[in-house]
Amino acid sequence: MNQYVIGIIVSNISGALSRVSGMFTRRVFNIDSLTVGETESPGFSRITVTFHGDDYIKDLILQQLRKLHDVREVEVLSEKETVIRELLLIKVKNSPESRQDIMTAVEIFRSKIVDYSPTALICEITGETSKIDAFIELVKPYGIMEMCRTGIIAVERGENCLNTIK
Amino acid sequence: MKISGAKIVVETLVEQGCDTVFGYPGGQVINLFDELYLNRDRINHVLTAHEQGASHAADGYARASGKVGVVIATSGPGATNLVTGIATAYLDSVPMVAITGNVPCDLLGRDSFQEVDIVGVTMPITKHNFIVKDVNELADTLRMAFKIAKSGRPGPVLVDIPKDVQIAKCEFEPKNQPIIPYPITYASEDQLKKAAELIENAKRPYIYFGGGIISGKASQELIAFADKIDAPMGCSLMGLSAVPSDNPKFLGMQGMHGHYASSVAEDESDLVIALGARFSDRATGNKARFAKNFKIIHIDIDGAELHKNIPADIAFNGDIKDALERLTAIVQEKKHPEWFARISELREEENRRTASALAHKYSKNCENCTSSCDKSGIPAEDRMNPFEIIDIVSSHAGDAVVVTDVGQHQMWAAQRYPLKAPRTFLTSGGLGTMGFGMGAAIGAATASGKRSLLFTGDGSFGMNLNELATAVSMNLPLVIVIMNNGVLGMVRQWQTLFFDKHYSNTTLNRKTDFVKLAEAFGAKGARVYTKDELEKTAEEAFAYNGTFVIDCAVDCDEFVLPMLPPGGSIDDIITEIK
Repeated sequence: MNQYVIGIIVSNISGALSRVSGMFTRRVFNIDSLTVGETESPGFSRITVTFHGDDYIKDLILQQLRKLHDVREVEVLSEKETVIRELLLIKVKNSPESRQDIMTAVEIFRSKIVDYSPTALICEITGETSKIDAFIELVKPYGIMEMCRTGIIAVERGENCLNTIK
Repeated sequence: MKISGAKIVVETLVEQGCDTVFGYPGGQVINLFDELYLNRDRINHVLTAHEQGASHAADGYARASGKVGVVIATSGPGATNLVTGIATAYLDSVPMVAITGNVPCDLLGRDSFQEVDIVGVTMPITKHNFIVKDVNELADTLRMAFKIAKSGRPGPVLVDIPKDVQIAKCEFEPKNQPIIPYPITYASEDQLKKAAELIENAKRPYIYFGGGIISGKASQELIAFADKIDAPMGCSLMGLSAVPSDNPKFLGMQGMHGHYASSVAEDESDLVIALGARFSDRATGNKARFAKNFKIIHIDIDGAELHKNIPADIAFNGDIKDALERLTAIVQEKKHPEWFARISELREEENRRTASALAHKYSKNCENCTSSCDKSGIPAEDRMNPFEIIDIVSSHAGDAVVVTDVGQHQMWAAQRYPLKAPRTFLTSGGLGTMGFGMGAAIGAATASGKRSLLFTGDGSFGMNLNELATAVSMNLPLVIVIMNNGVLGMVRQWQTLFFDKHYSNTTLNRKTDFVKLAEAFGAKGARVYTKDELEKTAEEAFAYNGTFVIDCAVDCDEFVLPMLPPGGSIDDIITEIK
């Protein structure tokens, strides 16, 4: 089982996200994470989906996505040639006993404290999924009150682009 | 000049070459129906008894003619009644445009009267769908709907038009010709060469084709290809009628209820060439066992079908007509006399098994019968088995388009009916929609202007017999043959074989008199018990200018044979019931 990251350019119209996510549900493919946002062209949105599977499943997913009318472009983004990022906002219990340890973790992970109160603090951290996972594990003992991750966004290195118009 | 959205719909339909639509009026399409009234000399609207019937009629119209079928329904229940028909068309790749009305835009999302999010509902069963909220986009959206429905692998598209968009006006610019489908994908030279190489090295090649041969208009190319590489052919249910039944290389339908010879030949082959087919579970049986002995070449217009159900050794997508033409040109001519000697043996074995199964049926006397049918007084030797019914009916039917419902009668017709030309066998294959037949037969007769012949069962017919009203109103030349066995035969067959004869809810015990029912609708009807009666009645029915119902008595324990048990394989084939 490999993890795949695919970039999908869709028409920026209502229902496009439903069609893409609905295809995954209907065809019994699992999604690990899904993000969607605007692109450099106002007519198009970019969806980044990650999923686990083998090469065979990956090909089936690509073929099914290409059949959707709103889908303009689909590409597998190779792990090596792609900048992959995820953002985490995590609220941890703030107490005099744990404060210093959390601060150290934040520093080492190049995270930021973006909200501070006597009983709780919010850390913001950006990075690849493995880094985010590691940070969560690290602060778990201090008491995670709530957390929220964006899911992966990804852009290829170098000149290669997932163009909206080809 | 500015015209209303409703008029734009009519103008665009005409522009797209549509002269017949099927539908049912309602509150949110009343403006559209007003335009249909004003333009009744340009577009013929067929009013059905129920929206489901209209959707199957549009489907049958498309299957019989190859044109896009169009169905119109109102919002809410009108729209949801189309769902089964749209799904049926989707599973069988039938080009269709469904137009629904909806509540005005400012009432959307508020659970307004007769409001349903039909775009959301039909998303998984359409190639694409639209809701048009701006009248300026209406014409191009409809054009796009036709384009998508026709392009590549055909399928249904739904366009939802809120009432205020039908009323709103805008400039309309007519386009003089129907929209051109998306460009076709063509197989590459390299792919064809590789396929040709594999074919040339095969000793026992076998061609498995599907509905793609019909929608791709590739019947002649297929026959020429089979002749050149000297391979026997079998097909899926959807492939029936692509090749004449009497083609010497054609072994018939394969799969769960396929012919013995085609199913065994496929298994014994060393190369299966799948053309415009998708390896449905009903065509393959147990997937793990299915492709044990042979390699596979798979060619289809839809790239997503390649490797989906059965992984292939060589697979490529492309227009099937073009691919076959070019493949035939480059492949070496071959002769496989040994392989065809084996095929002849299989055919003989099939004939022997069929004869034996039929003989077995003759000797039955209904002793264990629990149904309340009225044929116990008829001597066993005078009763008809399903194949005899089909043989007698087909001998009178001429070139009528054959339509079926779903169940045992469907499989019997698929196995037995002699077909001559593409688009003359219309059946719900992928979805298996009981109740498909009446609407589809109406659509087929409307499209062809010729007589349609519907084989149905008492179960399937009961689902949509309301459409008799439509057929009679239109005075359609329709012969409806009900294989009436008093039970839901296909499920009963499974219950007999796999559920210890627990006939849970499959013994109908209806008291319906189908002859009186036909007469009540204004059709003609006759009940027949024996072959002689059927001969006479069929002759009368096919000469009758109108709708004729033949209610044929069939034994409730007739089986569809051969049968590969569900999840089973060719090793488990059942050809006789002891």
